[in-house]
Amino acid sequence: MANASAHPAIKASGHWRAMIYLILVLFALFYLLPFGVMVLNAFKPLDEIRGGNMLAFPEFWTVEPWRAAWSETQIGIDPTGLSPYFWNSVKMVVPAVLIATLLGALNGYVLTKWRFRGDRLIFGLMLFACFIPYQVVLIPMARILGVMGLAGSTAGLVMVHVIYGLSFSTLYFRNYYMMFPTELIRAAQIDGAGFFRIFFRIMLPNSGPIIVVSVIWLFTNIWNDFLFGASFADFDSQPMTVALNNLVSSSTGVKEYNVHFAGAILAAVPTLVVYVVAGRYFVRGLMAGSVKG
Amino acid sequence: MSFLKIDKVTKTYGPLEVLHEINIDIEEGEFLVLVGPSGCGKSTLLNMIAGLEDISSGEISIRGRNMNAVHPSARNIAMVFQSYALYPNMTVAGNIQFGLEMHGVPKPERDKAVSDVAQLLQITHLLDRKPGQLSGGQRQRVAMGRALVRDPDVFLFDEPLSNLDAKLRVDMRTEIKKLHQKMRRTIVYVTHDQIEALTLSTRIAVMNAGSVQQLGTAKDIYESPANMFVASFMGSPSMNMIPARIVERDGQLAAHISNADGQTFALKLVCDLDALSGYRDREVILGIRPEAITNLDGADKTASHCEVVDNRVDVIEPAGSDTFVLTELCGRECNARMRADIRLNPGESVPFAINMDKVIAFDPALEQRIFKDAP
Repeated sequence: MANASAHPAIKASGHWRAMIYLILVLFALFYLLPFGVMVLNAFKPLDEIRGGNMLAFPEFWTVEPWRAAWSETQIGIDPTGLSPYFWNSVKMVVPAVLIATLLGALNGYVLTKWRFRGDRLIFGLMLFACFIPYQVVLIPMARILGVMGLAGSTAGLVMVHVIYGLSFSTLYFRNYYMMFPTELIRAAQIDGAGFFRIFFRIMLPNSGPIIVVSVIWLFTNIWNDFLFGASFADFDSQPMTVALNNLVSSSTGVKEYNVHFAGAILAAVPTLVVYVVAGRYFVRGLMAGSVKG
Repeated sequence: MSFLKIDKVTKTYGPLEVLHEINIDIEEGEFLVLVGPSGCGKSTLLNMIAGLEDISSGEISIRGRNMNAVHPSARNIAMVFQSYALYPNMTVAGNIQFGLEMHGVPKPERDKAVSDVAQLLQITHLLDRKPGQLSGGQRQRVAMGRALVRDPDVFLFDEPLSNLDAKLRVDMRTEIKKLHQKMRRTIVYVTHDQIEALTLSTRIAVMNAGSVQQLGTAKDIYESPANMFVASFMGSPSMNMIPARIVERDGQLAAHISNADGQTFALKLVCDLDALSGYRDREVILGIRPEAITNLDGADKTASHCEVVDNRVDVIEPAGSDTFVLTELCGRECNARMRADIRLNPGESVPFAINMDKVIAFDPALEQRIFKDAP
């Protein structure tokens, strides 16, 4: 990576370089504009927003909208703020991501290192699951959750997300493990390690980049999911996305735009944090194996 | 009862048979090298001994115990892989002791064993490093350490030196040989490099197309190859194969050959005469090693009979210790090995001395050696 940036494919002279940077900065600003508007207005009192100028800096900076969005504002019928739903989301996302990643790794391990008759077909079918739209499974899934007694619970949501996430995590790990040297497995077999020991002692510790990819992908998708949350959750298990929608659509007379902006940012913070912390590895993991060295 | 017995072992993938009835008996302490071109089945055979591939039919036994259905970890074998197959997440010490840990050896014993092996291989200073921080030669040592620490009945080596550069390969080759002389353990070693096979082995099995072509000591294989494949595969530069006609003159067998200018010579034969007498007035292929064709004063003084053939020098290839001279016999390129300080010019005609003691003959149709007792 360092090499790639030290030797650009096209060498630009000074003027051209300045132009290129200028254009890039303009595009970046344009791209950041909506988020900037959200941040600015989340720090304004409501009067200033109603005054008209959405793009102006706040004259009076306040954190009141953030506090309100987090713990005071009306969500549906209760003035609880977003915080209980934030924790609902955490309780749903963390187990779903962990289970889907672990099972995906196990699937990838079996599909590449313990090949069996028909393994390609099985993998193809699992891959196919990536392309099934959410809407198609809503009704059958509701029925299954009902039969299993998981309807309206966090456990039910975890199950739905694990099922959907599994196809992606299997795809990631399977492709990663295709590159994984089979001689290592053979060496471990001769050393006396069994199926699970090889998995936990050899495969998983050497899967860092792809675990990061899988975790980021699953975390963002599951955290941002609205449809399953709205369809399968009860009041006490609704995730952040559904609560945000309820916040914006609950009417108490005035539209508190500043609170809405603050709430929307709060809902986006965890995915932002995950990207900032692990983003480097994300690109590295996606590229892994595509180019040698 | 041999120590490691490979008895009528075959390997099939569906309708395709890739190994045909392999029979090899290996004694305790032997260093057997399986050598052959890629795709000849040598690695498959090694993996079957290791238990990493199923045996389609036949039997492999170690110390008289049938191993066909025994898991690799229970065969008391250790293997060194071509890629070394070191676990990248563990330190060198962790790599070496992993097998012992899996076999339930208590920690103090493991530590003792690791430090003994590290001392033997002079890698004590590397024990805390990860494989990624080691050079190729160091990784090779660690891979051997991992095999040695298990104290197995049989060591299996799968082309262990082919990832090293030329100089290191020669050094490690010597080290493996020293190690074998010191430990006297049974080793089965796969390589495609015939020099490795000749230098390391106590016996060699030359394989081609899924069967053993010849099994014997390095001297057997080199000096009396059983067929034309073995003759041309073993030795570098490879054996010259010259078509010739067997004639009888004055009660003596001779081979008629022609040089680059079309002159014919009769070479009086001295080896395998009984078998060759059946080939009177027929074509055979003469096999002559480059070192059996020299300049006159370089000829072997102990040879019972030498023939001199005048021939044109085509190409001169100085190789440091020797000079290889290419000429033409019976329309085939022919390589002669001469002294390093020889003064020759391409195109000139010089006498070549052929040591007839070292000339062997093959049946052109069967491609088999024409032996004393052959029909």
